[in-house]
This record gives sequence, structure tokens and C-alpha cells, in this order.
Amino acid sequence: MDYLQTKGRIFDIQRYSIHDGTGIRTICFLKGCVLRCKWCCNPESQEYAIQEMTVRGKKKIIGRDVTVEEVMETVEKDRPYYNRSGGGLTLSGGESLCQPEFARDLLHAAKAVGINTAMESMGCARWETVEQILPYLDHYLMDIKHMDGEKHKQFTGKSNELMLENAKKIAAFEGTRLSIRVPVIPTFNDTPEEIRAIAAFAHRLPGVEDIYLLPYHRLGQDKYEGLGRKYELPDILPPEPEHMQMLKKVVEDSTGLRCQIGG
Amino acid sequence: MAKYYTQEIPKTERIPKLVAHLYAKMPEIESARARLITESYKATEDKPVITRRALAFEHILDNIPIIIRENELIAGSTTIAPRGCQTYPEFSYKWLEAEFDTVATRKADPFYISEQTKRELLEADAYWEGRTTSELATALMAPETLKAIEHNIFTPGNYFYNGVGHVTVQYDKVLAIGFEGIIDIVEKELAGCKPGDADYCTKAPFLEAVLISCRAVIRYAQRYAALAQKEADACGDAVRKQELLQIAANCSRVPAKGAESFYEACQSFWFVQQLLQLESSGHSISPGRFDQYMYPYYKKDLDAGKLTREFAQELLDCIWVKLNDLNKCRDAASAEGFAGYSLFQNLIVGGQDKEGNDMTNDLSFMCITASKHVFLPQPSLSIRVWNKTPHDLMLKAADLTRTGIGLPAYYNDEVIIPSLLSRGLTLEDAREYNIIGCVEPQKAGKTEGWHDAAFYNMCRPLELVFSNGWDKGEKISIETGRVEDMSTFEEFYDAYKKQMDYNISLLVNADNAIDVAHATRCPLPFLSCMVDDCIKRGKTVQEGGAIYNFTGPQGFGIANMADSLYAVKKLVFDEKKVTLAEYKRALAMNYGQGFDAVSAGEIVAQIVGEMAENGMAVDESQIAVMIKTVMETKLPAEEKKKYEDLRAMIDQVPKFGNDIEEVDMFARDVAYTYTKPLLNYRNPRGGQFQAGLYPVSANVPLGAQTGATPDGRLAHTPVADGVSPSAGKDVFGPTAAANSVSKLDHGIASNGTLFNQKFHPTALSGEKGLENFVALIRSYFDQKGSHMQFNVVDRETLLDAQAHPEKYAHLVVRVAGYSALFTTLSKSLQDDIIRRTEQGF
Repeated sequence: MDYLQTKGRIFDIQRYSIHDGTGIRTICFLKGCVLRCKWCCNPESQEYAIQEMTVRGKKKIIGRDVTVEEVMETVEKDRPYYNRSGGGLTLSGGESLCQPEFARDLLHAAKAVGINTAMESMGCARWETVEQILPYLDHYLMDIKHMDGEKHKQFTGKSNELMLENAKKIAAFEGTRLSIRVPVIPTFNDTPEEIRAIAAFAHRLPGVEDIYLLPYHRLGQDKYEGLGRKYELPDILPPEPEHMQMLKKVVEDSTGLRCQIGG
Repeated sequence: MAKYYTQEIPKTERIPKLVAHLYAKMPEIESARARLITESYKATEDKPVITRRALAFEHILDNIPIIIRENELIAGSTTIAPRGCQTYPEFSYKWLEAEFDTVATRKADPFYISEQTKRELLEADAYWEGRTTSELATALMAPETLKAIEHNIFTPGNYFYNGVGHVTVQYDKVLAIGFEGIIDIVEKELAGCKPGDADYCTKAPFLEAVLISCRAVIRYAQRYAALAQKEADACGDAVRKQELLQIAANCSRVPAKGAESFYEACQSFWFVQQLLQLESSGHSISPGRFDQYMYPYYKKDLDAGKLTREFAQELLDCIWVKLNDLNKCRDAASAEGFAGYSLFQNLIVGGQDKEGNDMTNDLSFMCITASKHVFLPQPSLSIRVWNKTPHDLMLKAADLTRTGIGLPAYYNDEVIIPSLLSRGLTLEDAREYNIIGCVEPQKAGKTEGWHDAAFYNMCRPLELVFSNGWDKGEKISIETGRVEDMSTFEEFYDAYKKQMDYNISLLVNADNAIDVAHATRCPLPFLSCMVDDCIKRGKTVQEGGAIYNFTGPQGFGIANMADSLYAVKKLVFDEKKVTLAEYKRALAMNYGQGFDAVSAGEIVAQIVGEMAENGMAVDESQIAVMIKTVMETKLPAEEKKKYEDLRAMIDQVPKFGNDIEEVDMFARDVAYTYTKPLLNYRNPRGGQFQAGLYPVSANVPLGAQTGATPDGRLAHTPVADGVSPSAGKDVFGPTAAANSVSKLDHGIASNGTLFNQKFHPTALSGEKGLENFVALIRSYFDQKGSHMQFNVVDRETLLDAQAHPEKYAHLVVRVAGYSALFTTLSKSLQDDIIRRTEQGF
């Protein structure tokens, strides 16, 4: 079982996560990302390098290298909760696909012992990379942020063609459920037209049944300062609940998808 | 069709009116009972004690003022003032006299008391000098026991000063045959008693006392029938007039006779519940499996078309309000420990019958709805959970939990039933258990469990290890050697176990002395006629009349002791980073954090004690100067830093509550230092001692009596509550905390364990939130946890409630084994609740 010895770099393992995938889950956060979304609430996830961040006045090392086996030790601890709730392991980041072997082997290790797997990802990698992960993945929680490639690039640093192309292929892959998640960011993608366009794309993907609208929040703002970085969206407020309800209705009226606000 | 009706039935307009009336004023102390019992006792000095108790009970019931409150459908009030309380001088009274001028303004659970009431109580109390249970108990205790109590090693305050309560009687029997039926049984038993029988002189007076009590109860109900009739006659409102006539009809039939309708069953239940309280002042008189014994009456009326679900719900809601009408004034220190005017009337729904079938029914759901409707702390609603508990019932319970009321508490049949079996219950009885008070399981109508027998502070024996048995200048315990001379952890741990054992033996002595005092001075004939096998055995529960007898004192501070002993093991013996001598000094210096007046007083007492040993006398003015000097002492910066460094080092040692196998298994062993030795002791009723691990809210006031501990906890701050991790020390979320706690041996703590978790409301939002919440409970129970309860409020709300109590008069939080109104809690307890790890996202 060589896959248990594969090494990767993570910056956190969070237990009792109930907003990312089905049931009670353990989230493993992988370090490193291809995008630089301006609203990112985990800015410490973006660099692959191990960093120092100031948290409540204290220096904290962000990132550590671990083996799949070590992560699984923690994942195993909450097995009774997965059994009762239909939960399991979720990979998040960062972008898990930046560490494809580690992501694949970690998911493999969980599947091998009967633990449900999910991954939050933008799908921003070569298809060959994505493809080797899918056999071990029960639920792909895919971020689609915008349908306009230019605007996507302006706010995240990369255009969206590769991700949209991958989304179609993932949807066609048997055995992995695909859900679409949209971070709703004022000034970026919070108009009915923008959301409707994403919903229409999602609706055309075979097998996709649900879409999640995740309202922008500012809980990560302090971390930018802790990393010595500038937060580029200081003036944006979280969308009002009424606005979110309106967008939900837009999705439901224009597609047959189940739409949920929040994870 | 579903087996039970799960829809939520709406609340009627009557309920908020009843609640508003009940909470319009500060509760008040009344003197009627004290006057009446004293009158009766003065006239019966030539009679046996059991007869005197019955005659006094009769005299009270025949003469105490009665009232039917506005809009009530269920009648029976112990005081004229809503939520008022009577006093019980036969148990103790001096504390109240001492608090006459402060009881209305004290922090926890204030009561109004009028000047006239004070005068009347003083006059009545004068008779009781030397005649109370607490005075007799004191006289029966060994001198070393009194010393241990004086030094707060444990506190047997509950039964030392009050009636015992902590029982569930045979409500079903009263509902079925009424007190006339019980009278028949007792008369037959009496007819079989022959003057030549060995027990004739005790059995016959007891049975006669039961007859006096039952007849008095019937007459008391008749007084209500007459009052209702009189009020109906004078009532101009046609609807209310009809209601009053119905009350009159009910009270003229029950509890004398068996109930013929659900409404009569409700009224009959209520008189039993109310009058048990009036007989003895004990708290935790628990209705138990209300959804089970009430169900036949509900079903019969519903099937016959005589009862609507809406009216049944309204009657339940009315009972729920009435349960908050009963009240009790405790001494100031106990009021802190039991804060929230709580009587711990535990009412449990769901669970199995004696043959192991799930018994969930319509009423199980309606009881949960009633708590949602009235939104008050009583009853302490509980739910039995086992593998076949319907998912619908779990969701219904979780839906109540997320309102933030702190109810219901969840109990695990899969742990509790085997645990009770190991204590000698039959399988049938164990399957029918209910909960008393906070978390204590037992079989209703057969048990005198003495469930809340004392608070035992597991931290104090560790202090005695460091002091070699000395405390505040006095030798109060055995010598286990100087810590400076201890060279292995085993030696140190062994010293702790010896200090534990010795003080547990004193705890047993205290409880047994109090037990004997109750049997001698306050046997309870009314209560005893509803507990098997008192009638056949011819004696009260206090004298061993019950089938199952236990004494259950609770230990607390598990998490602190686990973390403390583990830190000592790691830092002193494994890693050798600090010596025990240095540790000892750091604790004495409160980790360099300075001394408050309490610590300074203790240090000075130590010095004065040592001086006295050497024949040097010190007067009070000198002591005051010494205390001031100690408080103003500034440690040299270097020394202060040394202690702070040690505390930082301790902080890095792994703590209980984080799902770390080694630490958790260590905690399991530490809990055994309390739970195992206790099992070796017996009580005077022929029963066994059994441990509970739960502190009610006493972890705050008793923490205030505890010096700094080796886990880094500062002097006089709260200790951990129940089996929960120390506040703020569990940092990996609710599943990790629950896994750690489940690694303790819950089965051996057969008097119950208590695990609190606090959730931010977002964790329970939506359907998915409820499902995951239920899964969390199920998973903890899969791992053999015994009990779980929850606070669901956000920190901001609590802070705001602290700053603006007026805005939050109805904010209910779960304080340990029960729910209380947050704003009535003392500031320190409020702070403790706020500090608990918030298990939000």
C-alpha cells in the first residue's frame, strides 16, 4: 500500500465540518493554488511554500508536510460520525489538483477503507490530472465563478476555459457526482445575468442536479494583514439575504436545478 | 399510517397569559407552612415521629391558604404568590434567618420577604432549635468529617439542609386507583398486622400515618373543589365559569378516585407532584415517564372522541407552567450551585418498555411541543435514546434544542440499562428507567436513590498531596509524604489515590450521618405510600422501605485532575523540566498572578496556624495587616517570569478533550480514583454507594474554593463541568471533544455523567443542520457516552444579555443538568457559560 506513504503539504485539518458536502465531514486543506481570487478567505492557502502568519498577535507557521497515512489517522477518528450522517473526507485548499499524487492517494486511502470522499476544486488542471483522481472521488464540488473569461482572469488571475472544459468531462464521468458551487461576490458576479449564465452552463452538464450559491464573507480579511498582504476588496459588503434569495429564484426559474444558499 | 402524531399543535392564547402572570414579580417567601407545622409539632410531642409527621402534613393541608390563579385549568398552588416558596424549618432554618436582609438582593435566585413574614418565621423557627435534621446529622458525624466539610473537600449541603426529594413515585398507581384505592390497600395491610408481630410497633404507626396523609390529600383537593365552585358562582364570564365548574368537578373526584379522563389524570398528577414538594422541600422530585403513564388516558379519550389533540396539548402546556410555579429558597451558597430557581423536575419521553419495545407515542411529541410553547426551564425535559428510537422523535427533539432553551437532555439507553443491571436492577426495571434531577437514572416507584448526595471536589485531594495533608494552617487529612521527596510519578499518583480514598471515606460518613438523621427526624409517610415496598415492609423510604437503595455523591473536576496529573507526569517525571518543589511553589504563588483576598486570607491562615502550633497568638488587627501585606506583595520580576514560563509550558502539554488517546485513557484512569473506591461503601438503608460525574453548576462556586491546580488553572476560577473538557481546552471541535469524553467509563458512574456542548445556532440551521446534529448525538452514543446536552446561543447574545439583562428576561440557557434563565445567574456563572468553547462552524 504505497499510496499511504505519499507526501503532501497541508495547512489544516478541520473536523466536524457540516457545510461542505454531505453529512459530518473532515476537511483536509491542501496548500498551494493556481488562482489568486481577490476575495479568497484562505489567503494562506495560495502559496505552496510554508509561510509565517501573524494570528492574534502571535507568529504561526502555516503549512506542514505529512503522509497520507498521517492524515488518515485523523480522518479515521470521526468514522462513527460519517457512518451516522453520511459524511466522510473532503479535500479542500488551495486547489487540491496542485498536488495531484497526494490528492489522488489520499482519496484512494479513504475509499479503500470505505470512507466517502469529496473534493472542493476549481478543476484547474490538465484533464489527465483530473482523470486519475475521479475513480476515488464520490463527490466533486466544483467552483464555477464566472462565464466571462476576461472578467474571470481579472479577478482570479486566470481565464476559465480549461475549467469549463474539465467540468463537461467530469460531468460525463460515471461514478462521481458533480455539484456546482458559485461564490457570490458583489462587483464580480452577483448580477442576475451573471448567475443565470453560470446556472445555464451547469444545467447543460449531464447529471448535475444541484448548485450552491455561497455568499461572500469577510471572515478571512484579517489573515491578509497577518501575511503582510493588502486586502484588495476592502469596501465590499456581504450580499443581503434578500439579494441571495432573488438569485436563488433566478437559478430555479431558469433551470431545473436544486439551488441552495450556503454550503 | 404513522404510529404516532408528529405534527406540531399550536399554542393557545391562555399559555402566554399564564406565563406572564407567573413571572410578573420576584418570587416571595411565605410563612404559612412554617407556622402550621410548628403548631402541629407543639401539640404532638407525646407521639411517635411518624405520626407527628402525618399529623403535621394533615394540619398543613387542612389550613394552608389556597388559590386558583387567573386562567388556570389545573389547580393546586403551594403559595399565594406566584412562584413563591414555603419554608421547612424541620430540616434547617438558621441560614435563612441569617439572610433575611439579603435574600431579596443577593445575586443568585433572590426572594422577596416581608417584615411580617420575617417575624412569623422567627417565632416558628424558635421551636426548632436542636430539633432539625441538620443538627442531628452534625451530631452524628465524625470530627474529621466535619473538618473536611469545613475545608471544602466536599459539600453535602443538599440533604444536610433540606429534604431529600430526588425520587419518582408511582404516579401511575394514583392515576389508576386514586388515594382511596391506596387507602384500601393500606387498610388491608394494617388489618394483617398483629400486636405480637416483631415490627408491629413501627409498621402499624407507619401505615396509620399513611392513612392520615392520604385522607388529608383528598380533603385538600376537596378544598379546591369548593373554592372553584365558589369562584364559578361569582364569575360573570360564561367561558371562565364553565372552566371553574370543570375544575370543581375534577378536584372533587381526583386524586381521591382513579382518573376517568385525560383531564382528570392531569389534575391528579398535579396534586401528587405539588404535594410531594409540600411534604418535604426536596428538589428533583421527577415526574419521570410522563408520556407513558399518561398515554392510556389520552388514548382512551381520543379514541372515544371526548378529547381533541388541541385540548390535550393545552392541558400539557398548563402543567408545564405549573411546574414552574413550584419554587424553593436555598441558602446563598447553594443558590449559586443550583442557580436558576431550578427544581430539576425531570420528565423524560421515549425509550423502551420492560420487554424492550420502543414506546414512543403521541405524548412523547406533545411533551416536546409543550416545552417549546411555554419556553420555561421546568420541567427538565429529557429524551431516552436507543437504537430503535424513531428518527422523527430525534428530529423533533433537535428542533427544540436549536431554539436555545437547552432542552431536552439526551440519555443513552445502551449505556444506562447495563449500568443499572450491574447495580442489581432486574432487566425489566432497568429497561423502564427514568432520570432523576440532572442525570441520575433509576427505576420509578421502587428506588430511594439519594442521587445528589454531595459534591466531591476531586481537585482538593491533589492540593492535600502538595501540602501533605495540611490546609489553611490545619492538619485535616492523612500524611502522604513530602512531594519534594517523591521520585517517581507512581509515588505521586499513589499519594493522590490515598488522599482520595481517605476523603471519600469521610464523604461516606457525612452522607450516612445525614441519612440517619432523615430517617430519625423526618420520615415521609405520604411519599412512601407511592414507593414499593414501603407498605408491605411497613417503613418509609428513609428507613429502607424502597426496593432499591443507593447513595450517589457526585465527583467533579475530572478534566482538571486528568490534565493536572498528566502535566505533572510529563513535565516533572518524563521530561524533567521542573521539580515538584518548583511546581508546589508555583501553585502556592498562583503562577505569579498575585493574590486576591481569598488567597491572601488562606496564606495568612497558614502562617497563623503555624504560629499557633508554636504557641504564638495573633490578634485580628495583626491578621488584617498580614492579609494586606500579602495582597500587596509584588514578586520579583524574575520569579514571576519563572512561573509564567511554567504555565506556558503546561499549556503546551496535551489536554483532555482533544481526542488524544494517551491523554484520554489517562483521564479514564483518573476518573476511577473516584468511581471505584465509592463502590465499596454501604448506606444505612442497606444500599450501595455509586458515583456520579456531574456538578450541577457547582463547578463555579466550588472552583472558587480551590487553589491553583497543576493544569495551569488559576486559583479560585471555575473547574471543569461534568465530564466535559476544561473550558476552552478542547480545540478540535465537537467530535474530538465527544470522542475524548466517550473514552471515560460511563457505565461505572451509574449515578450519571454529564456532558455539555455549546453550539452556535448556525450549526443547527436548516434540515441538514438538524440531521447532522442528530447524527452527532447518535455517534457519541455509539461510542458509549451516557448523556449529552447543549447550549445553542451565540456569544454576542450572551454578552448582550449580560449588559442588558432587562432585554433578555426569558433567555434560557442550559447550566449543567438543567436549564435556567440566564439573567438570574450570577456574573461568574454567566462568564463560565460564555467562556465554554463555542462549537460553531
